[in-house]
Amino acid sequence: MIQMENITKVYPMGKQELVVLKGINLDIKQGELVAIMGPSGSGKSTVLNLVGCLDKPTSGNYYLEGKEVSRLSSTELAEVRAQKIGFVFQQFNLLPRVSALANVEMGMRYAGGIDHDKALEALKRVGLSDRVNHRPTEMSGGEQQRVAIARALVKNPPLILADEPTGNLDSRSGKEVISILTSLHAEQGITLVMITHDANIAKYCQRTIYIRDGQVVSEETYEQE
Amino acid sequence: MNKNNWKKWLDPLSTAWVGIVSHKLRSFLTMLGIVIGVGAVITLMSVGKGSTAQILSNIQSMGANLVTIRGGASTFGGVRGAMGGSNTLTMEDAEAIAQQVSNIFAVAPSSSSNLQLVANDENTNSQVTGVTTDYPSVNNLKVASGSFFSDEEYQRGANVVVLGSTVAETLFGETSPVGQKMRMGSMIVTVIGVLESKGGMMNSSDDAVFIPLTTLHQAVAQTRTAQGETVVSSISLTVTEENKADQVKEEITSLLRTRHRLGASADDDFNIQSMSDIVKTLSEASGTMTLLLGAIAGISLLVGGIGVMNIMLVSVLERTREIGIRKALGAKERDIWSQFLIEAAFLTLAGGIIGIIGGWGVSWLIDKMGVVSTVITSDIVILAVSVSVAIGLFFGFYPAWNASRLNPIEALRSE
Repeated sequence: MIQMENITKVYPMGKQELVVLKGINLDIKQGELVAIMGPSGSGKSTVLNLVGCLDKPTSGNYYLEGKEVSRLSSTELAEVRAQKIGFVFQQFNLLPRVSALANVEMGMRYAGGIDHDKALEALKRVGLSDRVNHRPTEMSGGEQQRVAIARALVKNPPLILADEPTGNLDSRSGKEVISILTSLHAEQGITLVMITHDANIAKYCQRTIYIRDGQVVSEETYEQE
Repeated sequence: MNKNNWKKWLDPLSTAWVGIVSHKLRSFLTMLGIVIGVGAVITLMSVGKGSTAQILSNIQSMGANLVTIRGGASTFGGVRGAMGGSNTLTMEDAEAIAQQVSNIFAVAPSSSSNLQLVANDENTNSQVTGVTTDYPSVNNLKVASGSFFSDEEYQRGANVVVLGSTVAETLFGETSPVGQKMRMGSMIVTVIGVLESKGGMMNSSDDAVFIPLTTLHQAVAQTRTAQGETVVSSISLTVTEENKADQVKEEITSLLRTRHRLGASADDDFNIQSMSDIVKTLSEASGTMTLLLGAIAGISLLVGGIGVMNIMLVSVLERTREIGIRKALGAKERDIWSQFLIEAAFLTLAGGIIGIIGGWGVSWLIDKMGVVSTVITSDIVILAVSVSVAIGLFFGFYPAWNASRLNPIEALRSE
């Protein structure tokens, strides 16, 4: 599903260069549930951005479903994001002025078109059938994050990326969100990659990848069940 | 498949619509500039068009088929004497025209002289015009009371006078002038008719005093040319059809040049003007005025357009995170700029429509208050709407393009 070979990322900072990734190799299989952990500044968010085709690596190869995507144009990358990838952010990133339903529908907007019924179904899937017409400002953090998950899954992407999905939530809501994400993985076979700094949450995953100073330092595989 | 095509158009529209209604005050203020601009264009253009139409209808009432010949050189080219300043036209010219030029109805030579008019204890100085019996039909004049003088009265040079409505009121006030006697220079004349008021501008027939040309020639020393012909100051005539005016003018020119024995290189010693020439000149002038008014209003429309750009730029800045979210969800650059462009075009279109309604209302009010008459034509409306949408697209383009080029990661990080 995801194959990264010797990926580097360098940001120009005035005259100096900031080397964020120093050669990342990743191999994530279809249907895997993977956690990425590491201290802040380690480059884990940059890895997730590259995996999510929001950015291009400075060098190295990235194969998504066997297709090299690291050299695509920004329009082609947008198409890849639209068709293949659902995002869940720490900050939820919902549009504050429109309803939960409209936020979910926006997830389909660039991936073939809005389907009202599918949006309702996705909200049902995250247990928010009764909150369809509420705006994000009228919802709790946990509910907002569930709307964001519905927005990510509504287009049936093969890959969902979550950047600290529980980072802004209390532990109870965090658990709910994680259980929704893991059940998506278990029931629909969606590949799920999430960044977390919480070892308890990483435990739900099949594999944890540790990143430090722009490099993968270790991997741990758990036997589930 | 069909449903998808339909969605392709509807989704961007609904996205833009959500953008507009979720920022109501801002959208309203953006529109306001366009509303005022378009409203001003509609109002001012309608005033311009209305006054043009008014001028034209005034001229039409003077007789659209009228052709006037005056003595003296043409006003075109170089500095020459005033029109009518030289005594080159004669009674005999008028007779020759009546006999030899085709497509004309009636020929009315006239001559005028300033004379003191005295009636009872009122007096005024007026230009007294000696005319033939054809004059009223040629110049589209109607008698309100009494009658114009007859052929018989003309032949014997009777001491009769027909007054313009203003002159009649000045001299006789409320009382009916018909049948009363008055002094004109050294003559005593009887008023036999009063003309209908026609309104209008300078040289209105309301201020005119008409007597038979024969009478004028008796009262004032008549001028004769070297050939012994009686001089008249102008000859007016009616062409049978308006579009024959140019042909008639050519025929008269060659006839008069022959009669006046002008060499091939000599300038005309007369000047022919048809009503359509005057209409053309005046409508050019008022067209320029309309354009000027439109340009002033156009400036306010331009300012409105810059307002749209300003607010769209702010809007892009304010919605940076939204743009980031949309990009993360797979929006392409085209999706982003089309969203903002549709939004700008929609705002300016709506502003344009409201502006048209408002401008329409204001110009209706101006018309009702009787300041000037106003006319709204479909071309003004079409112009205003298309210009307002074009402004939306033009001034919306830069902000929209800016938005589409944002880096999704940075956009998502913004507050």
